[in-house]
Amino acid sequence: MNPENFIADHIKSLPRSGIRDFFAIVSEMPQAISLGIGEPDFVTPWKIREASIFALEKGKTSYTDNRGLLSLRKEISKYCSNFFGPEYDPISEILVTVGVSEAIDIALRSILNPGDKVLYHEPCYVSYAPNVTLAFGEAIPVATTPGQEFSLDPEAFEKAWEPGCKILMLNFPTNPTGGTADREKLERLAKFAKDKDLIVISDEIYAELTYEGEHVSIASIPGMKERTLLLHGFSKSFAMTGFRIGFACGPDWLIDAMMKIHQYCMMCAPILSQEAAIEALVNGADDVLRMREQYHKRRDFVVRRFNEIGLNCHLPRGSFYAFPSVESTGLNEVEFCHRLLREKEVAVVPGTAFGEHGLNHVRASFSTSYEKLVEATDRMESFVDCLDSENNQSAAI
Amino acid sequence: MSSLISLLFETGDPRPEKLAKILGKDKSEIERELEELQENKTLLGWVPILNPDKADLGKVRAVIEVKISPEREGGFDRMALRISRFEEVDSCYLMSGGYDLLVFVSGENLNSVAAFISERLATIEGVLSTATHFLLRPYKEQNHMLVQEVANEEKPAVSP
Repeated sequence: MNPENFIADHIKSLPRSGIRDFFAIVSEMPQAISLGIGEPDFVTPWKIREASIFALEKGKTSYTDNRGLLSLRKEISKYCSNFFGPEYDPISEILVTVGVSEAIDIALRSILNPGDKVLYHEPCYVSYAPNVTLAFGEAIPVATTPGQEFSLDPEAFEKAWEPGCKILMLNFPTNPTGGTADREKLERLAKFAKDKDLIVISDEIYAELTYEGEHVSIASIPGMKERTLLLHGFSKSFAMTGFRIGFACGPDWLIDAMMKIHQYCMMCAPILSQEAAIEALVNGADDVLRMREQYHKRRDFVVRRFNEIGLNCHLPRGSFYAFPSVESTGLNEVEFCHRLLREKEVAVVPGTAFGEHGLNHVRASFSTSYEKLVEATDRMESFVDCLDSENNQSAAI
Repeated sequence: MSSLISLLFETGDPRPEKLAKILGKDKSEIERELEELQENKTLLGWVPILNPDKADLGKVRAVIEVKISPEREGGFDRMALRISRFEEVDSCYLMSGGYDLLVFVSGENLNSVAAFISERLATIEGVLSTATHFLLRPYKEQNHMLVQEVANEEKPAVSP
């Protein structure tokens, strides 16, 4: 038996995640300080955990409606109306999913025919391009650049457009760069989407973790609700990664199509996570603000330290990641990460794990304690100083 | 609340060099701020927060509800201050509700605490009644959970 014959061709050719490779190395060094974690360091607020426990005690262990508990969808509708702007019908325009990851997958599979093209910005979350490939689409990356602090660049999207493009995929604030999108640029992009008849999939999972100005959703731009799928979840702002719960809001015809896949593949999101999500939406706002304040302070500290060290770092306007350049060290991002880990036992993630436009950058999560951030940045300073000495000696020779 | 006090609460680490690094200030500037806080009696001192189960403090703690009669000039203050001055008293608060003062006391053993209450506290003129509750087992101390959450050892060190 030849196992190769039993793996689909498009899976064979799918590259492994760069994160996964680096994770394997870091796992062998449990003593290392990791700034490579893409999730909150806070435990889910107790009131949310307690709501889930209470639901379990009451015997809520069944399936739910495929679309999710109606009571949750009603709360999602209220939340979206207050926070993002558009109003969604809880009956027909909202689907509760197993995290935003599932929502992205089933959205792409619902929309794309083989060969259809998807415009997305890069560096970006690791799953976007592979998910497009898995849906037999063609992913077209559009660079966001350090010069513009990795913010939305509508002109770059316009230039990258080509016949066959069907979807525009956005993620602002962005993992890994912390880039954001302002209203003016979103309006220009919205016009582009309308002119080219594109569906927008907007992953706004970090929306609440915006530190400069207010988050603006492209779904709130007039005329965009009908062609936008707004994706959001509880993992980041409510610190609920392990609950695996998110949702999609969009036009009923698209939600219906996604439902077809969701009902066969997933049935429904876990009921205990849905119960926890209700509590998060009804009573969790203060917790989100408290955590955001902590991230905000830590962001200011980390960015200042990186720039002091000589690692040029723009101010991430959202998310909990800093994305400094390591170009000044003379190492590329992969060499930098590997040597930093080996020599100073600090883990940051190479920017190219998030696409080739992450060249010469590394992602450092500031979702960790001050104690670790202080120690990690001190070690990075020492590492960069050593590199400078090496470079000076080489130059002298 | 100043950013320095807020950070002290957050980190529980009073070392000026560390505070200075986080706040982006000079160490001397932080030392000066700490001195000012102490001079103006905002910062009264440093106390380690111990887990009584582990630290073997050899102390018995009790909380006492005290009813007192207010005085014409001074209200409850003179009595409250008088009670607060006993070294057995850790904390003392004026309360709303069914009693007037809530007094936290500690002693070497149950007898010494009982003796303090019956011989010193209850006999003060103006103390109308006391109700004593001994603390049995602590679960949370100064915002620190004493029963630790189980660390998630399987949480990945790197994730997307």
